Amino acid sequence: MEIVNDSSAGTLESSDVMITVTRNFEKGISIELTSPVKQQFGDCIEEVILECTKKLGITDAKIIAVDQGALDCVIKARTLTALYRACNSKSYIWEF
Amino acid sequence: MEEQRLRRTMMFVPGNNPAMVKDAYIYKCDSIMFDLEDSVSFQEKDAARCLVFCALKAVDYGDKELVVRINDPRTEIGQNDIKAMIKAGIQVIRLPKTDSSDDVHFCEEIIEKEEKINKKAIGTTKMMAAIESAQGVLNAPHIALSSKRLIGIALGAEDYCADMRTQRSAEGTELFFARNMILHAARAAGIAAIDTVYSDVNNEEGLLRETKLIKQLGFDGKSVINPRQIEPIMSVFSPSDEEIAKALSIMDAIKEAHKKGSGVISLHGKMIDRPVVLRAQRTLRLAKTENRWLGEIENVD
Amino acid sequence: MLTNNMNGNLPYIEEIEGYCGEYCDKNTQKDNLPFSEKSNKESKVVDSLEEAIRKCGLQDGMTISFHHHFREGDYVLNKVMSVIASMGYKNLTIAASSLMDIDKPLIQHIKNGVVKKIETSGMRGELADEISHGLMSIPVIFRSHGGRAYAIETGKLKIDVAFLGAPSCDPFGNANGYSRDNDTGVTCGSLGYAKTDAQFAKKVIIITDNIVPFPNVPAGIPESDVDYVVKIDAIGDPEGIMKGATRYTKDPKELLIAETASDVIVATGRMIEGFSIQFGSGGAALAVVRFLRERMIKKNIHASFALGGISGQVVQLHEEGLVKKILDVQSFDLEAATSLKNNRFHQQISASYYASPGTTGSAVNQLDFVILSALEVDVNFNVNVLTGSNGVIRGAIGGHCDTAAGAAISIIVCPLTRGRNATIVDHVTTIVTPGKTIDVVVTDQGVAVNPRREDLISSLTNHGIRLTSIDALCQKAKRLVGIPKPVEYTDKIVGFVTYRDGSLIDVIRQVKNE
Repeated sequence: MEIVNDSSAGTLESSDVMITVTRNFEKGISIELTSPVKQQFGDCIEEVILECTKKLGITDAKIIAVDQGALDCVIKARTLTALYRACNSKSYIWEF
Repeated sequence: MEEQRLRRTMMFVPGNNPAMVKDAYIYKCDSIMFDLEDSVSFQEKDAARCLVFCALKAVDYGDKELVVRINDPRTEIGQNDIKAMIKAGIQVIRLPKTDSSDDVHFCEEIIEKEEKINKKAIGTTKMMAAIESAQGVLNAPHIALSSKRLIGIALGAEDYCADMRTQRSAEGTELFFARNMILHAARAAGIAAIDTVYSDVNNEEGLLRETKLIKQLGFDGKSVINPRQIEPIMSVFSPSDEEIAKALSIMDAIKEAHKKGSGVISLHGKMIDRPVVLRAQRTLRLAKTENRWLGEIENVD
Repeated sequence: MLTNNMNGNLPYIEEIEGYCGEYCDKNTQKDNLPFSEKSNKESKVVDSLEEAIRKCGLQDGMTISFHHHFREGDYVLNKVMSVIASMGYKNLTIAASSLMDIDKPLIQHIKNGVVKKIETSGMRGELADEISHGLMSIPVIFRSHGGRAYAIETGKLKIDVAFLGAPSCDPFGNANGYSRDNDTGVTCGSLGYAKTDAQFAKKVIIITDNIVPFPNVPAGIPESDVDYVVKIDAIGDPEGIMKGATRYTKDPKELLIAETASDVIVATGRMIEGFSIQFGSGGAALAVVRFLRERMIKKNIHASFALGGISGQVVQLHEEGLVKKILDVQSFDLEAATSLKNNRFHQQISASYYASPGTTGSAVNQLDFVILSALEVDVNFNVNVLTGSNGVIRGAIGGHCDTAAGAAISIIVCPLTRGRNATIVDHVTTIVTPGKTIDVVVTDQGVAVNPRREDLISSLTNHGIRLTSIDALCQKAKRLVGIPKPVEYTDKIVGFVTYRDGSLIDVIRQVKNE
């Protein structure tokens, strides 16, 4: 899948994460993370986001994540939603 | 008659709210209902669906019954909801605004298709019908019998009152007919009857009053929109100490009669017949789930 | 000679202690001023803070103290420190009963060498952050309220000058946390922490914005403890000191925890007529009042006293007759402060009376129950209330270890996780209260009892409370949030955490920069 527009999902509420996806004109996935638990879980959070891009076959994207203490399943959900929106796709694959 | 699952409290959880979705198992409700419909704005339907899906895959909700209220199955959104939720392994799909048995059949067809695709046994996914209009109420008996998957029907008072061109009141006069139709339809079909939400979260007295009323009518449970409402509702559906004592003496009388080889059982001059025994067993089962009685219920003929 | 009786030899005259010769009219004072003018002639009132400081003989390197009864509305500490700094003092030790966000100007005083050492119950905000990142050379000494009182009364912590803010004070030093003469809007209720400083400090300055006529009795701080009184424009912001009434939490998780804790209290079998209890200050720990009240009414049981930091909810219990007396070391809201002022059996007590391990019959020792919160609890029941899971200082010991040790049953109330931080962990980031003194942990997802308390395990189980193990809770938290990367510290120590007896129970190290 390919990113065709900027999009986001999630909110700034406690236990949520706001994921914003834009095109990356340089290759690859770049992730910018803000989180109150960045030191303890930053690597883990970025891993979850990366997994989502792989699952959807997205190779180039700029992802900004503003986290408010979200658990992995929430990060996964918000990232998937933002990516589908960014690709303007509704061909959801519920294969997780 | 098979002993039904307890459905005293069904807690509404807005599907797009991560904090509530991930914590829903903490509260002592019998069922959790993830909402993808009215509590989620149109632009966020996809986000809510994805969040509930991921949560169902990752979170251990214990032994609570897991229900999801989908959008209208005649829309693409509703159909995507069904696909995702069956994949996620939801136990019950709640159909909103059910007006006729046709609505149930339409939804059921989609569910069956998805069960086949996902190689699940047909009939694994149960259904619930929410009745929220005059037409729905009048069709309640047909709706309740329209599918083997139906485990219960519920009243959605807000939309129903709008359809009836009236408003909700403290006494609930405007809901009297709807409540009774739904209740009778449920009983005739052997399924559960669930009452509507009490929206004034700060009014515990009002909640207790309404719950006592619907319990007396015969409802199996009530919908909940805030965890604080669970305990008051449970207390109404909870057997009193006297009822537990009475149930124990009934079971004792039966044991005594068996020992003596007697065919007829009586307690305090009254005959103990099957409905009485079933009620006593139900009471003890409830007492046990609440840790108020630590014995074993014997099977009785 | 005034009389003939003093004629001749006076053997044993030297037995008169303080003998200074024969009486002489010339040496005698007689004051003809009307009462309304007497304090103008002579009183402890001094014109300025500078003058008071000089009169107290403050020197470089001395120890000065402050109380924290004005919480985030305190102006006193910053005002005094800015005067001290402008007078050129250096290398002072600040022994505050606790430090708040509002005290962050201390950062500059530390950088300028005015402040060399700090002793406190806790700290928050920017000051705490900077100290966690290595601002000071000498580690901060953290003491509990009881531990601080003990150190002061045994002379281990010697306070040279105590600067004590008070909402009302008469010209001779009788000071109170409220005013009976007028309403200036500034009220803090109990002056419990200040009382111990006033008693033992070498010099005591009361700082007020409201000098009232003598005698300002009943007095929280008696004039006998006071050396000087200084009036300044404003001692604090009423909004920050206390905002109306404390509200019960509406958070369903906290309410669930509070209700479970109340069921636990009843199940111990010790909630009997005349029991004693200390409630927590907010969130679930305070909401216990609401649920326990229902159970007390249902069983017709009354408490003999409630102790600790007091809010309106506890006052309500007292006024309803459910709690006979209140021992108040800190008033949290206007209702509590007003009750202290008006209710005869709502008394303020000093930190020593409250919690000193050196006081026989200290109030904490008389408790049946104490409800406490926690930032972290580990599988050995040790509790951390001082540092966050990222290693940065962000709380205060308060009376935590004092009450846990003194109460027959200590109950921690906390959620299993806070956001993505596990509350129940393998090892707490900082040990403040040792596990030996913690009896029950009540979370939203299970109740665990310290294996040392077989009596409680037994009574709770027999009364229908489902128990789980602290290890199971810890594992559950891990499954929910994941395994965090450990925090990285440098070798430098930024805090010494003392136990109430003065022993060292843990150290806090500097957090490595991200």
